[in-house]
Amino acid sequence: MGEYLRPLMELTLARLREQLRQPEVLFWVFAFPLLLAVALGVAFRNRPPSPIRIAVAAEPGSRAAADSVGALLAGTPRLAVAVLPASQAAERLRQGSVALVVVPGNPVVYRWDSTRADSRTARLVTDDALQSALGRKSVRAVADRTVMARGSRYIDFLIPGLLGMDLMGTGMWGLGYAVVDARKRRLMKRLLASPMRRSQYLLSFVLARLALLGPEVMVLIGFAMLAFGVPMRGSLAGFAVVAVIGALCFAGLGLLTASRARTVEMVSGLMNLVMMPMWVLSGVFFSSANFPAAMQPFIKALPLTALNDALRGIMLDGASLAALAGPVAICVAWGVVSLAVALKIFRWV
Amino acid sequence: MSPVAVVPAIRCTGLVKRYRDVTAVAGLDLEVRAGECFGLLGPNGAGKTTTVEMLEGLAAPDDGDIEILGMRWPEHEHALRERLGVALQETRLADRLTVTEVLRLFRSFYPRGHTVEEVLAVVALEEKRDAWVEKLSGGQRQRLALACALVGTPDVLFLDEPTTGLDPQSRRQVWEIVARFTRGGGTVVLTTHYMEEAERLCDRVAVMDHGRILALGSPRELIASLGADEVVEFALAGGAPAPVEAELVALAGVRAVRRDGPRYRMTVDEVHRAVPGLLALLQRRGVEMTELVTHHATLEDLFLSLTGRHLRDA
Ligand SMILES: Nc1ncnc2c1ncn2[C@@H]1O[C@H](COP(=O)(O)OP(=O)(O)O)[C@@H](O)[C@H]1O
Ligand SMILES: [Mg+2]
Repeated sequence: MGEYLRPLMELTLARLREQLRQPEVLFWVFAFPLLLAVALGVAFRNRPPSPIRIAVAAEPGSRAAADSVGALLAGTPRLAVAVLPASQAAERLRQGSVALVVVPGNPVVYRWDSTRADSRTARLVTDDALQSALGRKSVRAVADRTVMARGSRYIDFLIPGLLGMDLMGTGMWGLGYAVVDARKRRLMKRLLASPMRRSQYLLSFVLARLALLGPEVMVLIGFAMLAFGVPMRGSLAGFAVVAVIGALCFAGLGLLTASRARTVEMVSGLMNLVMMPMWVLSGVFFSSANFPAAMQPFIKALPLTALNDALRGIMLDGASLAALAGPVAICVAWGVVSLAVALKIFRWV
Repeated sequence: MSPVAVVPAIRCTGLVKRYRDVTAVAGLDLEVRAGECFGLLGPNGAGKTTTVEMLEGLAAPDDGDIEILGMRWPEHEHALRERLGVALQETRLADRLTVTEVLRLFRSFYPRGHTVEEVLAVVALEEKRDAWVEKLSGGQRQRLALACALVGTPDVLFLDEPTTGLDPQSRRQVWEIVARFTRGGGTVVLTTHYMEEAERLCDRVAVMDHGRILALGSPRELIASLGADEVVEFALAGGAPAPVEAELVALAGVRAVRRDGPRYRMTVDEVHRAVPGLLALLQRRGVEMTELVTHHATLEDLFLSLTGRHLRDA
């Protein structure tokens, strides 16, 4: 047993050392997902609703009427009101810098573009404010709550997706590149000429991958929880199991893409071919529900979709592993099948 | 002599390896004796690497039979690998591992062997023990490759072009390490296209070209087979009618002549008789000599006489 484990340990250590001594590896594994999380977190942070700009048109000679309407509307939450000469108000409406123009008189005329969403909102808000100011009473008391709850913001949706994408990238690149590089520089052949077992060689890649997984996940998730308050509603153990299964699944796929390739260019091409559809389809940045129903069975069968669903299930919905049996099984199946095929067709020398 | 001593370390018969449109090895028979240093000498593309990689069990022959230390690929693969040491042609073992880390890795594969410290001393890399491999010079890297091959105390050492691209001093360091291994009773198979290397290190040499063995024997025997000890090379200026080969062979002490344009190459028994005869002949013709060199016959001269080509640029 020790006889088998010592070479395995040395191979794993060698692999880890070579990785950790390369700044670019550290960047892609640790820094890049964080930078992406920060950038997207800032870009899509939830802002308080911005005010809607409207104008009150003052026809020549009826400035006073316009001012009184302006005074009635001033102080309405979410409305920014300007009293302008009629020609200027019309121009602003044309340019889109105001959403609606109020023309005082009887009747009061609202001029607005029915194709603009902000104009439609302005129409409702302005009329409501004006009628209330003139004495209309609400029939029933109401209250407003804008939604900013933890767990349903964009950043909460994004972080598990980023983690899934990261597990895919590191798993595939980490294994695929290293295998092809060792093959190209004949290190693999040299190792085979020693009494090393092939299984030790392949297992060392998997172990090295798992050793990096812990820090990698903790950095991203820890940061997201602290900086953005992203929730972790399910059990940490369940989360760890899903992360490990995801990492192994993509390690298998990485090994498969690298199993024949002789050049780094070749394996990069293959990996991009495999990963590209998943970046788009698997719900990393936006929900995969946006794609047509006919595509859904295919999308659901992709390993990254399954991993993202499982990660979101645990983090956001607090789902148990049992409840996530479907996506987890899909990941396991991908991992096992890729590994089996990779071993069958692997080019050793 | 005890009967054990005559059991060969390596025996192969009828070895053939074909790639799509080339026959890299075209029916090779070899016997390497236990304890000898055996050289495969040949130009690039002769089939040396293909041959040793088949012997090392890294490439499967299309035909033929290989027996090493009484065992065979692939049945005895693991047992064999524990007893063979290998340095491949052009391998980058690692970039950002230290010398010690690489050696510890290779040592872990073998049930017995040198300690890392011992093998560092054997290849004189103690001072570089903590240096990353990517920071080593070519000679140091090659010595590290040798150390990896030696760390499991092999019975048979395979070295594919161990000194190609090295400066003369690094080359001598490698030779010293190999010589020490054979003095300790180890068997070595090495490939090279440097005739000095084969002459210095090898007990026996197989001269290879186009996947075949052209000549086999000790360097001394092979050179003696030329039937002459010395080589005279000269070049003539143009103008006057140059002498033909037949006239030169007729000179006293000359064995053979080869002409390549204005350049001539004569193998001779006795330089002190051949050169005066040559000078006298040229003087009578009024032909001017632009260059004259004589040297002891080498394996290079043998290769040239067998193939008409040089080892280096063939
Ligand atoms: N993997 C290969 N595929 C195709 N041809 C090869 C391969 N390896 C070697 N050859 C060819 O076989 C011949 C012998 O090559 P090699 O054994 O490397 O010669 P040497 O080591 O003596 O330089 C050459 O013509 C070479 O081009
Ligand atoms: Mg070669």
